[in-house]
Amino acid sequence: MSPRRGPEEEFTSYYGRPILKAPTWEPLDIAGYLFAGGLAGASSALAAGAELTGRPALARSTRLTALGAIGVSLAALVHDLGRPARFVNMLRVAKPTSPMSMGSWLLAAYSPLVGLAAGAELVSLPMLRRVAPIAGRGAAVLGAGVATYTAALIGDTAVPTWHDGHRHLPFVFAGSAAASAGGVASALTPLAQSGPARRVAVGAAVAELAATTAMERSGHLSTQTLREGRAHTLMASAKVLTGVGAGVLGALGGRSRVAAAAGGLALAAGSVCLRFGIFEAGRASTLDPRYVIEPQRRSSRSPSAADSAPSETAADAPTGG
Amino acid sequence: MPRVGFFTDTSVCIGCKACEVACKEWNAVPTKGALELTGESFDNTSELSADSWRHVAFIEQQVQTPSENGPQEGVRWLMSSDVCKHCTHSACLDVCPTGSLFRTEFGTVVVQQDICNGCGYCVSACPYGVIAQREDDGRVFKCTMCYDRLKVGSEPACAQACPTQSIQFGDLDELRERAQTRVEELHAAGQDKARLYGESPDDGVGGAGAFFLLLDEPEVYGLPPDPIVTTRDLGAMWRRVGAAGAALLAGVAAAYLSDRG
Ligand code: SF4
Ligand code: SF4
Repeated sequence: MSPRRGPEEEFTSYYGRPILKAPTWEPLDIAGYLFAGGLAGASSALAAGAELTGRPALARSTRLTALGAIGVSLAALVHDLGRPARFVNMLRVAKPTSPMSMGSWLLAAYSPLVGLAAGAELVSLPMLRRVAPIAGRGAAVLGAGVATYTAALIGDTAVPTWHDGHRHLPFVFAGSAAASAGGVASALTPLAQSGPARRVAVGAAVAELAATTAMERSGHLSTQTLREGRAHTLMASAKVLTGVGAGVLGALGGRSRVAAAAGGLALAAGSVCLRFGIFEAGRASTLDPRYVIEPQRRSSRSPSAADSAPSETAADAPTGG
Repeated sequence: MPRVGFFTDTSVCIGCKACEVACKEWNAVPTKGALELTGESFDNTSELSADSWRHVAFIEQQVQTPSENGPQEGVRWLMSSDVCKHCTHSACLDVCPTGSLFRTEFGTVVVQQDICNGCGYCVSACPYGVIAQREDDGRVFKCTMCYDRLKVGSEPACAQACPTQSIQFGDLDELRERAQTRVEELHAAGQDKARLYGESPDDGVGGAGAFFLLLDEPEVYGLPPDPIVTTRDLGAMWRRVGAAGAALLAGVAAAYLSDRG
């Protein structure tokens, strides 16, 4: 399946107008949320490991990172509503067909656990210190969901780039989340305790790059939007920052705190660029009716050549770390 | 209650926009602001939006017309009044996290304005680009198939206003039969490109509650050729999310365990 237009395909549209409506979401809110939610969720997973293996400094930095990031996430989500005062309406129903509904419940369960785990770092209450480890382990499990459900959130739309990417996005986001969390933790934690964070960061960066490449090469026409315009700039920056960040962290991060900080922050910046790039590519794919019309024409003419033909390749499902 | 719907027969549409006006009047839908000329034939509504629940499309096509001196260059107009499809499997309704969008006893899809929190999820989910946000208000709006009128047994305002019966309202099954007869008539009269759009319960949205008879390809009218309800793939998405989440936890665990060995 070539992503390019075949010469036999005549392209018609209604005055070149978009068929789909562009997302109403603000990039800063939603791409920012995708990043911050991923950072929070993966930080919670790191925090639980640190707590279980007796690394208090690493537990502290990752718990506080998770708290700060989830705070930013919630603020961004509420800010993006057309009627912010009606945020609670999200908790009126629980709908498995709506990833946003599932996500709201997930956040409602996850955020207090993060608060408890991080609270023990901020105030010394004996009671808090006793529940923090349990809360932290719960946050780790739910955090893995917070970091990845966002792939279903944007995949479950008619936005061509997002919907076509639904097979790869969970792995792209898991990798990106773990890379940013590992990176931030490496930057904030003394070298003696940050070993696991560095290993997570480097492994996840590799997984993220593999999953992103697989998504870009999935053959869908809409993947062109990842290679054009602002989205391309962001995606290319994400790759450079992630690659360089992982390289620096892997090679020098164990010896120099400065290198660990630089590499870690580069990974986080790469994760930011990736989320904004995917957001922007999706938006672009709603503006040009070609991304709707051409794949649908092909699939309606020959069902076997449907644009959504499953492609289960090895690169399709890289594992995090 | 049998499911009701619209059959819009574009072959008899005269482009009078009575449907647009009747809809605005009855539903008190605001104007978009100052009237602008788009240069897109006689269309200055341009698209379905929060403030346009019916949209009459105008397409001018160069065609050969017969005359005394043989075929001549001529123009034909295609006109079609577009509307929310009230899909059988409607993505907007599936993804709405508040339950604001719901299916009525008539089988139609309606927004409850007092619940919508303006999250915009439905806007990105609709494969037809129908439902949209009113920016100053924050909430989303679309055709209700005149829910209030249906409740008291009358037909929607657009169908009542349509002078040519291009917009037909009624029992969906009966409309499908009527449409089938009509498209066969047109084929017999030499209109080979006439086709029904959205009438089949086997299509990607399980059949539209508002379907059309078109005289050209759907995309000519600004319609997606073969849309699917995005939630069709949601099972696969959740499974992959689960796998990716598990991989993340496994990766983190491995990073801690590898320290010991
Ligand atoms: S056409 Fe769009 S807005 Fe209308 S019911 Fe279908 S998905 Fe919902
Ligand atoms: S914008 Fe309103 S109607 Fe649309 S999904 Fe959100 S809450 Fe539901």
